[in-house]
Amino acid sequence: MSMSEVIASKEISGVSVQVTINGQAYQREVEPRLLLVQLIREELGLTGTHIGCDVTYCGACTVLVDGNPVKSCTMLAIQADQCEILTVEGLEQDSELHPLQKAFSENHGLQCGFCTPGMLMSSVALLAENPDPSPDEIRKGISGNLCRCTGYNNIIKSVQAAAKEMAD
Amino acid sequence: MYPAPFHYHRADSLQEAISLLSELGESARALAGGQTLLVWMKLRFDEPQHLVDLSRIPGLSDISMEGDEVCIGALATHAEITKSAVADAIPIVHDCGSGIADAQVRSRGTIGGSLGSADPSCDWPTLLHTLDATLTCVGSEGTRKISVSDLVEDIYTTILKPAELITEIRFKIPPANSGGSYTAFKRCAPAYPTASAGVQLTLADGDVCSDIRMALGSAGLKTITSKKAEDILRGSPLTKAGIDKATETIVAAAEPVPDQRGSEDFKRAVLHTLVKRAVDIAVRRCHGETIRGRHEYV
Ligand SMILES: Cc1cc2nc3c(=O)[nH]c(=O)nc-3n(C[C@H](O)[C@H](O)[C@H](O)COP(=O)(O)OP(=O)(O)OC[C@H]3O[C@@H](n4cnc5c(N)ncnc54)[C@H](O)[C@@H]3O)c2cc1C
Ligand code: FES
Ligand code: FES
Repeated sequence: MSMSEVIASKEISGVSVQVTINGQAYQREVEPRLLLVQLIREELGLTGTHIGCDVTYCGACTVLVDGNPVKSCTMLAIQADQCEILTVEGLEQDSELHPLQKAFSENHGLQCGFCTPGMLMSSVALLAENPDPSPDEIRKGISGNLCRCTGYNNIIKSVQAAAKEMAD
Repeated sequence: MYPAPFHYHRADSLQEAISLLSELGESARALAGGQTLLVWMKLRFDEPQHLVDLSRIPGLSDISMEGDEVCIGALATHAEITKSAVADAIPIVHDCGSGIADAQVRSRGTIGGSLGSADPSCDWPTLLHTLDATLTCVGSEGTRKISVSDLVEDIYTTILKPAELITEIRFKIPPANSGGSYTAFKRCAPAYPTASAGVQLTLADGDVCSDIRMALGSAGLKTITSKKAEDILRGSPLTKAGIDKATETIVAAAEPVPDQRGSEDFKRAVLHTLVKRAVDIAVRRCHGETIRGRHEYV
């Protein structure tokens, strides 16, 4: 289609998105307005990534795109084209929980669990950059993630425990 | 929440982006990190029919120091700038970038989008005023350089022509006997500042302030500056009385809008404290102290 035809057409053409999520390649034709979180949850059925606020505040939808933490409710699926994505489902390896998942479970780092996938993904990104963070650095690192029920102290304890485990 | 439907165009080069934007006209927007635009679209504050995605254009996110100048590509993200050698060398840049929103927003949001949204709550425009930055803008009529202080016409409105894009930001590396500080007061990380202040000053022998630039963010419909306040301090030794007077003068020039972040009086009180803190840290940095500046949370 020529540019003027595109402009004139009321019909929005679909776009092709190719992503690798947790090591598996996916290809979908999607509407341009489809958000990354909707691609992950609704098109691909990976419902571990949650939607809380839907307006970039709570961080429940956090996933890693090419290693960087992003709020997937505020990124178009098409913007992730050709990217490597890691979601909470990709943390477990060979039926072994990730050290952060273990630490959250052992240190009461979650209660209802709604914020947990996002907390875990932000913590994965934090520890990749800073393997031995101070409690203050952990607070900063997860400051884009809100938890409404556990309270942050046990979450910080969990991240510290995981950091220690991963260093040993 | 879905944005209203739109056509998506990925630009592979700056020229392609500019020709797409000029062909598509009023109904098109440039998309950088989307951390402002996508939020607005989801909330239906904006319903463009076309998005021209700039994010894959190569060569627009380099961060470098060449000679006595810093050059930052418009597509550099807040995170990339904060982790760069420029932020290591110039503490005020680190102060600013590291406090913008949270790690997730910093992964996506760009300095060009922060300028292009003409939002007085965005931190980079305020910071770049204190560094007297120049913006390179490229459009269908060619390339021009404008001062960051001339970019914003009014809240959410720049002087950029349709289809004109900011491509890079340049400023001089501050001299050795200078120091700066940028600080913002925020209610929590994923929130815009209640108010912010940036100060960059140079001290000659005897603590004579040979140069100073001050700016306030989230303090009116545009970045607030005050030549009068700067003139109080420029050219004489720094004294407490002088700093107090300059602080009062620039805070008086502010026009804070009462909103859910606080009343006008509250914001003036916050600004007053922020300017004093910024001057204090800037002076101590001039004297060679290493201070980790940061945004303040409640
Ligand atoms: C929860 C939350 C908290 C935030 N807190 C802060 C904060 O504390 N401090 C702060 O500074 N910011 C904050 N932001 C805003 C964030 O920094 C945005 O990244 C930034 O304002 C816009 O950059 P972007 O790349 O995402 O631009 P986009 O959203 O893609 O674009 C914004 C506008 O700029 C235009 N534009 C983009 N690139 C260019 C260009 N190169 N030339 C000309 N025009 C261009 C677009 O057309 C659009 O109109 C926050 C955002 C969120 C969602
Ligand atoms: S759902 Fe994305 S930040 Fe809350
Ligand atoms: S565990 Fe319930 S919101 Fe965090």
